[in-house]
Amino acid sequence: MIAETLFGPFAEFEFMRRALAGCLALALGATPVGVFLLLRRMSLMGDAMAHAILPGAALGYLAFGLSLGAMTVGGIIAGIVVALAAGLVARSSILKEDASLAAFYLLSIATGVMIVSLRGRNLDLLHVLFGSVLALDDPSLLLISAITTATLVALALLYRPLVLECFDAAFLRGVSAASPIAHYGFLVLVVLNLVAGFHALGTLMAVGIMILPSAAARLWVKRLPAMLGLAVLIAFASGIGGLLASFHADVPAGPAIILAAGIVYLLSLFLAPGGMLGARLNRRPHLES
Amino acid sequence: MNARDAILELDNLTLGYDRHPAVHHLRCRIAPGALVAIVGPNGAGKSTLFKALTGELPPLQGHFRVHAGKRGIAYLPQQSELDRSFPVSVFDMVSMGLWREIGAFRGLSRSQAERVRAALAAVGLSGFEARQIGTLSGGQLQRARFARMMLQDANLLLLDEPFNAIDARTIEDLIALILLWHAEGRTILAVLHDLTLVRRHFPECLLLARECLGFGPTDEILTPERLATARRLAGEFDATAPVCHRPEAEAA
Repeated sequence: MIAETLFGPFAEFEFMRRALAGCLALALGATPVGVFLLLRRMSLMGDAMAHAILPGAALGYLAFGLSLGAMTVGGIIAGIVVALAAGLVARSSILKEDASLAAFYLLSIATGVMIVSLRGRNLDLLHVLFGSVLALDDPSLLLISAITTATLVALALLYRPLVLECFDAAFLRGVSAASPIAHYGFLVLVVLNLVAGFHALGTLMAVGIMILPSAAARLWVKRLPAMLGLAVLIAFASGIGGLLASFHADVPAGPAIILAAGIVYLLSLFLAPGGMLGARLNRRPHLES
Repeated sequence: MNARDAILELDNLTLGYDRHPAVHHLRCRIAPGALVAIVGPNGAGKSTLFKALTGELPPLQGHFRVHAGKRGIAYLPQQSELDRSFPVSVFDMVSMGLWREIGAFRGLSRSQAERVRAALAAVGLSGFEARQIGTLSGGQLQRARFARMMLQDANLLLLDEPFNAIDARTIEDLIALILLWHAEGRTILAVLHDLTLVRRHFPECLLLARECLGFGPTDEILTPERLATARRLAGEFDATAPVCHRPEAEAA
């Protein structure tokens, strides 16, 4: 009975297996990027960039309909433009980066919704905003997996400069010319993974699979490699849980996945060693020195 | 003295922000192996000078030359620039001092790991290897940063207010390290505010208050008159200042 509940949907339906593969790919690629977003205190920036992808993808949609390639290319271009523009505004005006990001993201989402509604039906708008993890076709799955593969390779190459860039950028600039490579390379990874997440979860929730598992993992473990591993596990588990909930309770899959990750986050917030109650519950006697 | 005798030459160097100079027509030559304190009030351009020397800030005018050889410059910025909430261990942080040897990809060899432990021992942080940097006190973190600098094995060391908010015992230990580096023949420039410390340990001194108010033996530079001038000059700021037309020849 339990096995039937847990495995039945995946054994029986191909679209569930595809969704599962998509979730695994996102957990492996997008979530580690999310860990660095979180540690760089750029969680909100990730959110803003996710929304920034919308008008680009919408323009692709306007020109070519629900075409994977056009929406992907449009999204990537728009995401990179907004990331660079926000940094430029912050450097060359008196607005701080958060203000300029908020401005860009409001403009982006308004523009995006306008463009989609110019041509489309409400169904398409829902698809763009909330994704279609249960309707991943071969090209979409290939795209998500390709982005994940590229992300894992890039993270392996960038790991050391990126870690230094996160916690002591001044030192990195002193010893190496890799600082801008780490910074902009990372921004490109964020945009790519947001586009991957966009196809499965939609523009509004793509960033959820990056930030929520990372925040939960941060509350449990202290070391970065452990945090990366745990965040991936939480993301994948949330994917499975969300898909099952969506199947059995007949609720939309994308929000169910993000809610599952959100539940893990909320539980961690209370119970984990770094959480609100955890520090009080786990009172081992202190040491002498 | 010919050019070869200086590890650092500042030639009519003017640095600043938005055309307002923070360092104005600075000329000086630092000999190899010198131990120099840079003294001056807040806003005198001390940190700005270091930013220029490490290539972060292009000069408004003039130029500088560094002859630090293959081992190059190591720069210790003010503490605030490090994110202590980031999950990284003391050992990992300090081992990044070996960047010139290991770069972005190579792992630590056994002897390199041994050198990291030796550097930690030298700053009195044995046993702290696995601790997260967020759990260190201000003084301990500064010791870790000194250990990392030690591993960088540079010829020219730039220390920006290394003893800010650091207690007496830690300062004593870290000064001992600086004197050791001096004895090894490295050139050291340190921004300091504690004049007693400067008089006791630093043979040479550069008094800066936007303009250079003197560079030479510490006793001759840190006179009450010059210090009073420094205090007066540093406060001056004129938003409508005219363009500076000082001819280069007079600037020395």
